[in-house]
Amino acid sequence: MKSILLICQKELKSYFASPIAYLLMAFFGLIFGFGMFTATRDFVRFSFQMQMQGGGAPMSVNEQIIRPLLGFGSTISLFLVPMITMRLFAEEKRSGTIELLLTSPVTDTQIIVGKWLGAMLLYLCILLMSVVNVALLFAWGKPDVAPVLVAYLGLLLQAGCLLAIGEFISTTTRNQIIAGGVTFFVCLMLWLLNWFTSFDSGTLATIVNYLSIVTHFDNFAKGVIETKDVIFYLSMIFFALFITSRSMESLRWRS
Amino acid sequence: MIKVEGLTKRYARTVAVDNISFEVEKGQIVGFLGPNGAGKTTTMRVLTCFLPPSEGKATVAGFDVLENPMEVKKRIGYLPETPPLYPEMEVVEYLNFVGKLKGIASGEIPQRVDDVMRRCAVADVRNKLISKLSKGYRQRVGLAQAIIHNPDVLILDEPTSGLDPKQIIETRELIRSLAGDHTIILSTHILTEVEQSCERVIIISSGKLVAIDSVANLTNRLRGSEAVAVELEATEGRPNPSEVQQRLEQVSGVSRVVMKDSRNGRLAFEVESLQGRQIRADLARTVVNSGWNLNELRSVGLSLEDIFLQLTASEQKDTVGAKE
Ligand SMILES: Nc1ncnc2c1ncn2[C@@H]1O[C@H](COP(=O)(O)OP(=O)(O)OP(=O)(O)O)[C@@H](O)[C@H]1O
Ligand SMILES: [Mg+2]
Repeated sequence: MKSILLICQKELKSYFASPIAYLLMAFFGLIFGFGMFTATRDFVRFSFQMQMQGGGAPMSVNEQIIRPLLGFGSTISLFLVPMITMRLFAEEKRSGTIELLLTSPVTDTQIIVGKWLGAMLLYLCILLMSVVNVALLFAWGKPDVAPVLVAYLGLLLQAGCLLAIGEFISTTTRNQIIAGGVTFFVCLMLWLLNWFTSFDSGTLATIVNYLSIVTHFDNFAKGVIETKDVIFYLSMIFFALFITSRSMESLRWRS
Repeated sequence: MIKVEGLTKRYARTVAVDNISFEVEKGQIVGFLGPNGAGKTTTMRVLTCFLPPSEGKATVAGFDVLENPMEVKKRIGYLPETPPLYPEMEVVEYLNFVGKLKGIASGEIPQRVDDVMRRCAVADVRNKLISKLSKGYRQRVGLAQAIIHNPDVLILDEPTSGLDPKQIIETRELIRSLAGDHTIILSTHILTEVEQSCERVIIISSGKLVAIDSVANLTNRLRGSEAVAVELEATEGRPNPSEVQQRLEQVSGVSRVVMKDSRNGRLAFEVESLQGRQIRADLARTVVNSGWNLNELRSVGLSLEDIFLQLTASEQKDTVGAKE
């Protein structure tokens, strides 16, 4: 456990030693802020119209603003993940520091989990940029807290999967750009799959949908924690990290 | 302390290390000598559990690198060919990190870090970013990193490369001072380095073991043998090259004569002496007495390559010598 935290801390430090962490935080903050601005503007316009006409269903800040906004956050994550994970192993391999890690008395698992945790914490920091916006909504309207927290949990779990997959991809090359590119492609495919299959209801679509990491976020966005979604995410994270350790092992034997 | 038996390491196509066996006793400093691509780094990577062996066995302090890598790693300090540094860290920060990674109790770390910074002469750059260090300083930080946890076995891949002459001497002294309680293997291309800091030498060449010997024996075998380039003037096939070669071979103290060139009115030979023999004067006399015109006679010294050639040639005759 000590080694895991040590590696995690080292990863976090190196994220914040370079501009990348700040860039990603600024990027996310800006996009999210813009998303919120549009959502709120539409919301205000709508509720104004509603009042003018009188009656109609009551508007909810949760439904109309927070939910689409956090769904939007889930999509942006697909673009953030490659930037976070691309350097994890590729850079250590390129610079030769991997020799230090692999000849020190720590296990592959400790290295892998430590790095994943570091990536998660950076993602958490990035996500915190949205809290300012959401807090404004609380100051101004009266949304429910619980669904918002559930959605954030969903975002974290989804990112956990994607980051683990990105980490795996990063072990397969010593070139950060390739690692980032491939991860980006994978994330893009996940997103597209989710989009295509949402129009279809055949068996194949259902299966693809079940396996798609993005789909499982939907319930969280609604503020519902479904056991099957949580189990899916946790087993996906476990599986991707396991593959990562197999990959490290096999690279060692092959190279 | 270190035992290697029949070690072979294959990469996709190349055989980097081919059936090597040797032993290193506790407290010894052993030099690992070989030309580029000989397989030094590969052997060291197997010993440090970075790469698994394709065949054969390697044990460190009685622990097998495949079966018990954790125990091996705890006892090893390793300086890879390129020092494994994180450019975004400060020197102190980096050494702190490595100390924790190697499992030093956190209470002892500040003292250990100060100690190695002093020994490796990096205290003056302690708060500098590693990315801002010169190559020599990086090498020193790399060395500091290898000894921070006071390991039983030190494996140093070209520890003095990139250092200035003063620092080379200091590093050799540092390495010598570490001997005794540490067992050290260091690789190098430089023969004098082995001569100055090692007790025993392991020579490998294209993956094969060429010699294991004490430094004293090896230098005795090599010292004093010299190579001389001899060039004669030749006109219309005279003098006859094979006749010249024969005469040169008959000069006392000559071990080998190789013809290098016989064009453009020149006849060039390289003549190697037996150990401890001065042959230049005799060569000159022979040439002049035969009535040939001497263009040039110059000592070329034996390069590492020549020594390898000599060694491989002689080891093939008495292969037992390689196994000791
Ligand atoms: N990762 C690798 N993949 C394939 N072949 C490799 C790899 N690393 C080394 N080799 C090959 O293995 C052989 C031995 O290399 P090694 O690095 O062990 O030599 P060395 O003795 O350390 O040489 P140098 O003095 O140049 O450092 C070389 O022929 C090299 O091309
Ligand atoms: Mg090498």
